[in-house]
Amino acid sequence: MVNYSESATPTAILAHGLTVVRGDRTVLRGLDFAVPPGRVTGLLGPSGCGKSTLMRAIVGTQAKVTGTLDVLGHPAGDAALRSRIGYVTQAPSVYDDLTVRQNLDYFAAVLLSGRAHREDRRTAVDRALHDVDLTSHADALAGRLSGGQRSRVSLAVALLGTPELLVLDEPTVGLDPVLRRDLWNLFHRIAADRGATLLVSSHVMDEAERCHRLLLMREGEILADDTPEALRRRNDTPTVEDAFLHLVDAANARAAAPLEESQR
Amino acid sequence: MNGARTLATAARVLRQLRHDPRSIALMILVPCLMLVLLRYVFDGSPRTFDTIGASLLGIFPLITMFLVTSIATLRERTSGTLERLLAMPLAKGDLIAGYALAFGLVAIVQSTLATGLALRLLGLDVVGSPWLLLLVALLDALLGTALGLFVSAFAASEFQAVQFMPAVIFPQLLLCGLFAPRDQMQPVLEAISDVLPMSYAVDGMNEVLRHPDITAAFVRDGLVVAGCALLVLTLGAATLRRRTA
Repeated sequence: MVNYSESATPTAILAHGLTVVRGDRTVLRGLDFAVPPGRVTGLLGPSGCGKSTLMRAIVGTQAKVTGTLDVLGHPAGDAALRSRIGYVTQAPSVYDDLTVRQNLDYFAAVLLSGRAHREDRRTAVDRALHDVDLTSHADALAGRLSGGQRSRVSLAVALLGTPELLVLDEPTVGLDPVLRRDLWNLFHRIAADRGATLLVSSHVMDEAERCHRLLLMREGEILADDTPEALRRRNDTPTVEDAFLHLVDAANARAAAPLEESQR
Repeated sequence: MNGARTLATAARVLRQLRHDPRSIALMILVPCLMLVLLRYVFDGSPRTFDTIGASLLGIFPLITMFLVTSIATLRERTSGTLERLLAMPLAKGDLIAGYALAFGLVAIVQSTLATGLALRLLGLDVVGSPWLLLLVALLDALLGTALGLFVSAFAASEFQAVQFMPAVIFPQLLLCGLFAPRDQMQPVLEAISDVLPMSYAVDGMNEVLRHPDITAAFVRDGLVVAGCALLVLTLGAATLRRRTA
């Protein structure tokens, strides 16, 4: 899975001093990081740490973003990026009153519009159905499917246009172990075969071991930006989870230290 | 804007509706039943049925399309599909035109049935052309779609969206000249009714009711309703934001 091709842009996502304010709360505080192209990068951290906001900033649906954020060589949210990014929100965003195939047909018509693309659309829909293993449920109403199946429909929509960047917000939440393994295999296949960049968020640390690279987040800041092996080695821990806890404890100790000083 | 995406959106909205036959039946049949009811309520005074019946032929499509559109677009906002669509290469105009086209088609079916029933079976006596009645009904439906789309931006839930119906529609209903002629109202109310679009919708219907030809007043009424619809649609488009907090 290391046979990734060198893309024209050296990095898929490049952030510099990235800050997001929601209401009166600063959700992301001056983030600096780079996501390499053609690889699976995990975005991990406890819920509420700003993972979803960061993803929304990358796909360009988040307001009040300051700092630099370049995606595939364009500023995030640029109109040229809209057909090149696939985005899956945490809650499945599909039409419950349409069948799986009707959902995919419509989003395919938006991505690959026009009569000339009719065949491309059919191929894209069939491939997406196959990718998420829902071919047998193609004619079921999305609203009648189980939670896990609906989130796979949502994922299939994001796969339609063969995006260069896939931003997936907790795609494996609530899925059984077999499906989770299958999806992670699919993510790696998409990165290896289609040369796509994947940014996958999760709060389940065992999924971290499956990523090429990791961004560990906590309270709107990035604690670490490294490979899983390097993280384990540097913190001298057996798992990424332990490395993460080690980093969180260290950060907490740093945050608490000046407080104790002032209380004395 | 892109014609293919607009058509795909309209087809998708209609396909959603097709999975909900009960809603279709309610949208199509309720106006017809109300007209039948009205006809026999005014059994003794057919002239009153003519006036109120013609006005209602304009008001029904407005109310139905308002309700349907406000709920449908609110669902689109809350289900996350709107955010997904706006992160794709879809112009806001494609989405709005798609909705207007789909619900416009439903309005044509609804208005054709209601107008046909009123003229053929219930004996509604109209001097002008029934096609003009249909034209006004269609413009009213477009106005309803526009208003529904606009208010859906201010509703956080379907419960709130339904509450907007009395807030937006009832004042217009009271002031549009259906219950009392507008020139006999208290002057302040008359002035308010002059700026509410439903007043022109009802005026337009009454012009067709009384005059065999297209009058200047009819043209003005049609233009005002169409202009209001376009204005509100533009405002509605402004409420669709690609970036949200």
